[in-house]
Amino acid sequence: MQNIAIQVKDLQKSYKKLNVLQGVHFTVEQGSIFALLGSNGAGKTTLIKILSTLLKQDGGTAIVNGFDVASKPAHVRKSLSLTGQFTAVDELLTGQENLIMIARLRHLTQPRQVADELLTRFGLTDAATRRVSTYSGGMRRRLDLAMSLVGKSPILFLDEPTTGLDPEARLEVWKVVKELADGGRTVFLTTQYLEEAEQLADHIAILHEGKIIASGTLGELQKLFPAASVEYVEKQPTLEEIFLAIIGKKEAQ
Amino acid sequence: MEVTTQVPGSQEMETIQNHFFSDLSVMLGRSMRHIFRSMDTIITVTITPIAMMLLFVYVFGGAIQTGTANYVNYVFPGIVLIAIASGISYTALRLFTDVQRGIMERFRSMPIAPSTLLWGHVLTSLVSNAISVVVIMLVALIMGFRSEASILSWLAVIGILALFTLALTWVAVIPGLTAKSTDGAAAFAYPLIFLPFISSAFVPTRSMPLVVRVFAENQPVTAIVNTLRALLSGQPVSQEIWVALVWCVGILLVAYIFAMRAYHKRVS
Repeated sequence: MQNIAIQVKDLQKSYKKLNVLQGVHFTVEQGSIFALLGSNGAGKTTLIKILSTLLKQDGGTAIVNGFDVASKPAHVRKSLSLTGQFTAVDELLTGQENLIMIARLRHLTQPRQVADELLTRFGLTDAATRRVSTYSGGMRRRLDLAMSLVGKSPILFLDEPTTGLDPEARLEVWKVVKELADGGRTVFLTTQYLEEAEQLADHIAILHEGKIIASGTLGELQKLFPAASVEYVEKQPTLEEIFLAIIGKKEAQ
Repeated sequence: MEVTTQVPGSQEMETIQNHFFSDLSVMLGRSMRHIFRSMDTIITVTITPIAMMLLFVYVFGGAIQTGTANYVNYVFPGIVLIAIASGISYTALRLFTDVQRGIMERFRSMPIAPSTLLWGHVLTSLVSNAISVVVIMLVALIMGFRSEASILSWLAVIGILALFTLALTWVAVIPGLTAKSTDGAAAFAYPLIFLPFISSAFVPTRSMPLVVRVFAENQPVTAIVNTLRALLSGQPVSQEIWVALVWCVGILLVAYIFAMRAYHKRVS
C-alpha cells in the first residue's frame, strides 16, 4: 500500500435532497498528478473538502496518506496542504508575513528562511514587504500556492488552481505543479479545463452527476473513442498562442 | 493497513495540545496586526469614545446634575463600555472576513488546534479592548479623572470589564459566522453601543420619564456602570454587583452556546 496516496471507496455526500456524490471510487498513486475533471456543480469542491477534512462524508471511506479522513483528521491535516478555489491570503499582511504565519502554524523551526526561499522561487521577493492588498491577481495566486508549499506536505490539493487567471499566470501555475510532482509530491487537482488536465495529469478522472464516469491515463481515455483519422487542416494559431507571442517575454527566456 | 498503527490516538491529542498556545499566539499576532494597520478600527474603538468623553464633560457636563462634583469620574465607566461595545463589532468583521476570504478553510485544513480559530479572535478582542481602555483612562486622567479605589477594587473593575468584553465578544462571534454581508456583520453592535445612553452612564436614571426609567434601571449596563462607579470611587458596592455579574455570565453562556452552534453549522 506504500505507493498509494489517496484511496476513495464508495464516497457519498448529499446536501438535503441534493445527492452531490453518489458512490465515488478512485485511487491516486504517490508522486502523480491526478486531475479531477468536471463541470461546475459536479461535486469537485465537495470531494476536495471531504479529502481535506473540511467536510464529513455521509458514507464510504477516504484514506489520505494512509489515514482515514473521518477517524484520523489530525493526521490527514499533517499530510496535506490545500489551495482552495478562491485565493486565501491575508490582505492586510505582507507577502512575507503571510508565509511566515503559515510556517509558524506548521511549527517549522526557521519560518523566516522558509518564507524567503518561497518568495524567491515564486518571484515575489520585490513585493515581499508590500501588503497583499496591493498585489495583482496573478501575484496573489502565486502567493497562495507558495503558502501551500510551506512545510512540504506530501499531498497537495489544488481546487481549480487556474480559474480566473490570465494565460501567462496559468502557464506559471502549470510549471509549478509539474515541478512539485517531479519532486515526488502527489498533486490532486480539480479543473474544468480539458486542456489543463491534458497538459498536467498522469491520471484523469471525470466526475459527472456524482459519479466517476471515466478514469485513466490520457492514452487510456483516448482509446475509449474511435481511432483518430488523419486529416489535413491548415493550422491557424490560436488566440492564446497569438496572445502569448505578443506578450512574449516568458517564451523568450 | 499497516499505517493506522503508526501513531496511537492519545499521542495525536498530545501533539495538538502542545501547540495550542503557540498557534494561539500566531493568531493573536495576526489579528493585532490587522488592528494596528486599520486606521478605521483605531478611530472607532479609541478616538471616538475619547471624543465622546470630551463632549460629555466639556459640553453637556456643566448642565447635567449628577450629584457628584467630578463629572469625568461619573461618565468614565459608560465611556469605557461604549468603547468595548464598538471594539467587539470589529471582532465580528474580522471573523466574517476570514470566513469569506477562505482563510478559515485554509486554517482548518492545517494541523493546528481547531479551537484556536475562534479563541484567537476572542483573545485579540480582550487584548485590543484592554489597550483602548487604558488609552481612554490616560486621557481621562488628564481631564481630571481620579479614583480612590483599593487594589482589590481595581482587580474587581478589571475582572468585570474582562467578563463584559468576553461576553460581548462571544455575542460578536455569532454575526461574524452567520452574516451574509459586511454591513450585517457590523450592524448588530449599534444597539449595544446605544444601550449606555439609556442607562445611568451619563445622567441619573431618576431624571427619566417612567417607561424609559424602568427600562434603564433593568438593563445590564446600569448595573454594570453603577458597580464600576462604586468600585472606582472607593465606595461600598451594592447588591448591583451580583446583578451585573449575572448579566455578564448569562450573556456569555447563551452567546457561547449559539456561537458554537453557528460554528459547527458553518463547518459541516
